Amino acid sequence: MSNRVLMKGNEAFAEAAVQAGCKYFFGYPITPQNEIPEYMSKRLPEVGGVYLQAESEVAGINMIFGAAGTGFRTLISSSSPGISLMSEGISYIAAAELPCVIINVMRGGPGLGGILPAQSDYFQATKGGGHGDYRLLTLAPGTLQEATEFIMMAFDLAEYYRNPVMILADGFMGQMMEAIEFKKVKLNYDIPDPKEWAIGYMAERGKRALIKSLSLDPEMLEKHNQKLQEKYRRMEEKEVRYESVGVEDADVVIAAYGTTARIAKSSIKKLRDQGMKVGLIRPQSLYPFPYKPFNDLPDGVKHVLVVEMSCGQMIEDVKLGVQGKVPVSFYGRCGGMAPSVEEIEEAAKKLLG
Amino acid sequence: MAEVKIFERPKSMTDVSTHYCPGCTHGIVHRLVAEVIDELGIQEKTVGVAPVGCAVLLYNYINTDMYEAAHGRAPAVATGCKRVRPDLTVFTYQGDGDLASIGAAEIVHAANRGENITVIFINNAIYGMTGGQMAPTTLLKQRTTTCPFGRDPKANGYPIRVAEMLATLEAPGYIARVTVARPKYVIKTKEAIKKAFQTQIDGKGFSLVEVLSTCPTNWGMRPTEALKWLEENMIPYYPLGEFKLPN
Repeated sequence: MSNRVLMKGNEAFAEAAVQAGCKYFFGYPITPQNEIPEYMSKRLPEVGGVYLQAESEVAGINMIFGAAGTGFRTLISSSSPGISLMSEGISYIAAAELPCVIINVMRGGPGLGGILPAQSDYFQATKGGGHGDYRLLTLAPGTLQEATEFIMMAFDLAEYYRNPVMILADGFMGQMMEAIEFKKVKLNYDIPDPKEWAIGYMAERGKRALIKSLSLDPEMLEKHNQKLQEKYRRMEEKEVRYESVGVEDADVVIAAYGTTARIAKSSIKKLRDQGMKVGLIRPQSLYPFPYKPFNDLPDGVKHVLVVEMSCGQMIEDVKLGVQGKVPVSFYGRCGGMAPSVEEIEEAAKKLLG
Repeated sequence: MAEVKIFERPKSMTDVSTHYCPGCTHGIVHRLVAEVIDELGIQEKTVGVAPVGCAVLLYNYINTDMYEAAHGRAPAVATGCKRVRPDLTVFTYQGDGDLASIGAAEIVHAANRGENITVIFINNAIYGMTGGQMAPTTLLKQRTTTCPFGRDPKANGYPIRVAEMLATLEAPGYIARVTVARPKYVIKTKEAIKKAFQTQIDGKGFSLVEVLSTCPTNWGMRPTEALKWLEENMIPYYPLGEFKLPN
């Protein structure tokens, strides 16, 4: 008998976190992610955890700073404008090397924008968002099933690297329903015991814990930055994830992530049925970005088509990967509009000539 | 006759010199907090949260587990910690710019939730670390580097009485205003800090002690003149007393 359950994306994200052992959630309402805090408010008391509605996203992320400092698993979720408000706090969390998981169910921007799905926070997630030289490990699931698995894995990654991990989803994923099987996902990593560094173990450790990001001595701050950079280099070596479909014989390779990749797969099937050779590279980790498959494209590939629900953000990383070997084109819809199967099909056909 | 030690550094204070200016009253309040932690026997189960401002380096002086928070967010950080580890005693130590200006939302909501934490609020009516700018608690007509002609209520409103404002809320357990302007007040301040920590230990909710303090450097006064100025100008506007007591 199958253990699959039909669930709404946002609720499935929350349940995956609970099943990964997350007992502490601090959130603030914003569409289209409200089902995450709503679900947590009734679910966490069942597992002896705490749900707390913060007074703002600013307070919420700082509650996470305090909670993550204890070494327990913590989650916060929001949508684009809310993530902007949290970005200062995320920089502090990265600087203080605290583990936590952040879910961004993206909506159209800029500004207050709209409440419909978008992918226009790619730069914010992968290139900074907040101030200073820090990186967020950023995972972009393509289906709800994959999202639940990535969320479980994200807690292990956050603890192993002592770094915030962002799940970059979009409004479609948050709002759609799909059959999901909650599998136990556990990385076989040697995760340090929080008692070695976290708040609350002064007696056991014989030494107090200090959770901070201030460093007034420039030599010390440079050293701290170098230590962080070494960590990011390790992530770049070990945590690159992507899916590659039909690239070997392709004339055109589509690059897309998340829901857009899912739509592109339908377009590719239609194109293949018409005898046109189109493949897909779907980045699953956005930071670290899978530059290599784009750099190692087979000789037959004549063109890369980047498709996003934005005005063109991931395309910059794709170009860095391709390194000018073949032309890179873009097709995007934004502001809450999504590319249709036919639109992507048309865009690819234009390149196929 | 055996040697009897009658005065020593509290265990909960580190053995280093502070960075504070001559005549600054932060050192006194730091010591009182450390003495209270020692007397309650909770050093290894206490967590402090440092603010942004002159007391940002509090973690160098208080010898317990410590966080250093973003500007104004100490009550949120303390909330996150306390909700996960209610067995720990969690306090924030914040100045008037940190608590009453940029952190106004966080302090009001932590107090309104009755968050079981303790807040030590240093009110010296000015921004110290950044060089003497106007604070929400700067007195009317008081000159600062950003109100060089004196605080004008038409442009900048009136000084905020934080203790009274938070005492209008239902949830807080203990709220008091004290000062360290004279030794007799210092004794009262220590009693208030101890009551605040005890309120938390007893699970009676949010506690806050507002301490009227001096900033001789940015007030442009000698330390003794500053203490006198505090008594003559701050206490009349910011009356001392207990505004909320635990049930």
